[in-house]
Amino acid sequence: MATAVQTVERETYLNNGYTLKSWLLTKDHKRIAILYLISITGMFFVGGFFAMLIRLELLTPAGDLVSSDTYNKLFTMHGIAMVFFFLIPSVPAVLGNFVIPLMVGAKDLAFPRINLLSWYLYIVGALFALVSMMMGGVDTGWTFYTPFSTTYSNTHVVGTALGVFIAGFSSIFTGLNFIVTIHRMRAPGLTWARLPLFCWSNYAASIIMVLGTPVIAITILLVALERLLHIGVFNPALGGDPLLFQHLFWFYSHPAVYIMILPGMGVISEVVTCFSRKRVFGYEFVALASIAIAVLGFLVWAHHMFVAGISVYAALVFSLLSYLVAIPSAVKIFNWTATLFKGSVRYDTPMLYAFGFIGLFTIGGLTGVFLASLGVDVHVTDTYFVVAHFHYVMVGGMVLAYMAGLHFWWPKMTGKLYPEGWAKLSALFVFVGFNLTFFPQFILGYMGMPRRYHAYPPEFQVLNVLSTAGASVLAVGYVLPMIYFTWSLRYGEDAGPNPWNAVGLEWMTPSPPPTHNFDETPVVTWEAYDYEHQPEEVPVGH
Amino acid sequence: MASEEHRQHVIPSGIYVGIWAILMMLTGLTVFVSFIELHDWNIVLALVIATIKATLVVLFFMHLFYSSKLTKVTVIAAIFFLFLLLALSMTDYLTRSWLTNPFH
Amino acid sequence: MDQQRESSTFGMWLFLVTEIMFFGGLFCAYLVYRATYYQAFVEGSQTMNIWLGATNTAVLICSSLSMALGVRCAQTDNRKMMVILLIITMLFGAAFLGIKAIEYHEHWTHHQFPGPNFSFPEAEEAGINPQNVQIYFSLYWAMTGLHALHMVIGIGLVLWITIVGARGLYSADYYAPVENVGLYWHFVDLVWIYLFPLLYLISKKHGG
Repeated sequence: MATAVQTVERETYLNNGYTLKSWLLTKDHKRIAILYLISITGMFFVGGFFAMLIRLELLTPAGDLVSSDTYNKLFTMHGIAMVFFFLIPSVPAVLGNFVIPLMVGAKDLAFPRINLLSWYLYIVGALFALVSMMMGGVDTGWTFYTPFSTTYSNTHVVGTALGVFIAGFSSIFTGLNFIVTIHRMRAPGLTWARLPLFCWSNYAASIIMVLGTPVIAITILLVALERLLHIGVFNPALGGDPLLFQHLFWFYSHPAVYIMILPGMGVISEVVTCFSRKRVFGYEFVALASIAIAVLGFLVWAHHMFVAGISVYAALVFSLLSYLVAIPSAVKIFNWTATLFKGSVRYDTPMLYAFGFIGLFTIGGLTGVFLASLGVDVHVTDTYFVVAHFHYVMVGGMVLAYMAGLHFWWPKMTGKLYPEGWAKLSALFVFVGFNLTFFPQFILGYMGMPRRYHAYPPEFQVLNVLSTAGASVLAVGYVLPMIYFTWSLRYGEDAGPNPWNAVGLEWMTPSPPPTHNFDETPVVTWEAYDYEHQPEEVPVGH
Repeated sequence: MASEEHRQHVIPSGIYVGIWAILMMLTGLTVFVSFIELHDWNIVLALVIATIKATLVVLFFMHLFYSSKLTKVTVIAAIFFLFLLLALSMTDYLTRSWLTNPFH
Repeated sequence: MDQQRESSTFGMWLFLVTEIMFFGGLFCAYLVYRATYYQAFVEGSQTMNIWLGATNTAVLICSSLSMALGVRCAQTDNRKMMVILLIITMLFGAAFLGIKAIEYHEHWTHHQFPGPNFSFPEAEEAGINPQNVQIYFSLYWAMTGLHALHMVIGIGLVLWITIVGARGLYSADYYAPVENVGLYWHFVDLVWIYLFPLLYLISKKHGG
């Protein structure tokens, strides 16, 4: 097929300026998403490095690789890097930033300069944390419990805490931007009832970001003041109550886990519907379940404090509320499963990760319900059971969802297809490695192995060795995408605007999109996920 | 587009001055009442007066009265969630002394 | 333009929501400790000067009036009055900070700042643990200090729109920054409306 030789390259957000300045001073949400992609990947490997050292130490029952003080620093820095600098920003700041304006048919987010500010705040916060780590780290646990963090710890608490404080504002501004964008910048015809579920989920997560993050910000400020000025607000020796710290800390940190999972659930909605070629079952229920999770998530925080010394009557209230919050999550799992039923299912990589999510998040979520029961919690709290629970929801859930989203939207973001064979192999490594790492930990916890200990009784060794072996397999699964994604940038096949033949505004613009996203503002006349009227075609390259 | 009704409307200065006068009076009232010994009612009255003042500032100085439903819901949501933080924390502190069966 | 103004104002309201929760954490701490150490809070608040506090409350209410009228002038293309009213607002703000500085100095010289130099002899006389009074003061300094910091930022923001406004860059068609700074200013006033009774008017044990 002869075409005229094109001497002018199509304008995309990638070739619109090649200087460092054009990237570092960009207001384009797509470039900011890429900046975030690079930075959070970096922090992910920082967190992964500490995880590797933890698992190496736990190969043997004796505490022989590192001292107990060093071990405390390892799990603390693993937690801080992963929670604050990877999990919370990952889906919203990378995928949300890139895709949400496209999904609503807008040129950019509501406040592009605040979006850039958000990234800079993240970088400054991460630098504070990294410098503190390099200067000797912090050993309080990512939970910064007082009075150890305020009075007795001899490590760089204030520096790290300030890093988290600053990164919190990054999160707040992202959430604020999403809320205003989704309310006010939807294309004509795009009613709330036609909005992609990815937008609904990020909207719900943004509500949590805006309402919850400031509380941990003030709590961190008080910890810093107490550490620097010895004021005693949380110190029992001076009349303070350490549980007040925990109440204020968990008021944010519990909803924070929903900040992490809701955007991931949004990705799963998009992937499941596209690769079943069927509208999401119970769209309205899934949308409202996101809001319900956001609201109910604020009512349960003291289930982290059942054995801390709160009144047992308060514990009863929080236990009951914690059971309630499981319901909307379950609704979503049922609805995704029902979407698959009688769908035309394709097993592309994003879908494989989505399947993994559905299974692993269910296990993680159900074990959360076990923990909500006071009697069970007394037995397994502060053991590896809890560690396994949250890794099932955070890694088996959230990280798999992030991988699903990365693979789903990579062609849109880069205009290239990744190599499907390697991607599927990688997904297999992740799934097998993950389960091998964390399933033994449920058993270890139930048998009584405490968390945050660098030494353990010898009868726990076999399971610990299995867990470390699993972590090595999992690591391969994380490194492979780094390689093939980078490879695809140069050698990958051209993706075209809609390689998955999906329904959605983001697929109606070229890959990669031009800086201004759409040549004309689209007008939406179809319902969300209108796959009935989308012709089925075999996607390019498979 | 002509710039006629770009805003719901411009509030007359008189309203602002009137609200200011009420706020000053309420401030005086709250100081006056604090000198009268009303035991537990002192704090209740102080907070009620403060809330009335706050409501006036929010509705009129901050134009919430003339704003969209979305903005009103947003403000109410913030107050509600703050209330949740305070109320649910207090379920712990108020019941800690109930160490034994309260129906003893 | 209108859609953008409404968007930016909605954005400012969302930011104020975060501020409500930010101060809210301190109010939670206050609530918990006042309930637990009421007598200590009574003792601590006796050192507060009600007249300075009430004056400051009045000063802020006046500043809110001048701010609201200033925004109104922006809406009605009255540049000269807008600038005058914004300057008056800043002067009121500075007056607030000046009075606060006087109060802080008083407390500081009486060793009523929490930390190793804290001392509160009146507590022993009343049979109260001075550590609990220290908690009252920790909250006093933290809450009023954070509030004062927000005042300083507020004055800076008003200064910025005064300068931009004096150059004639705002009009009835474009006054969103003025309105949004106004919202921030009123919010800071709001916080003080609650701080005053909670910190100053706890109980007139010794009759003022």
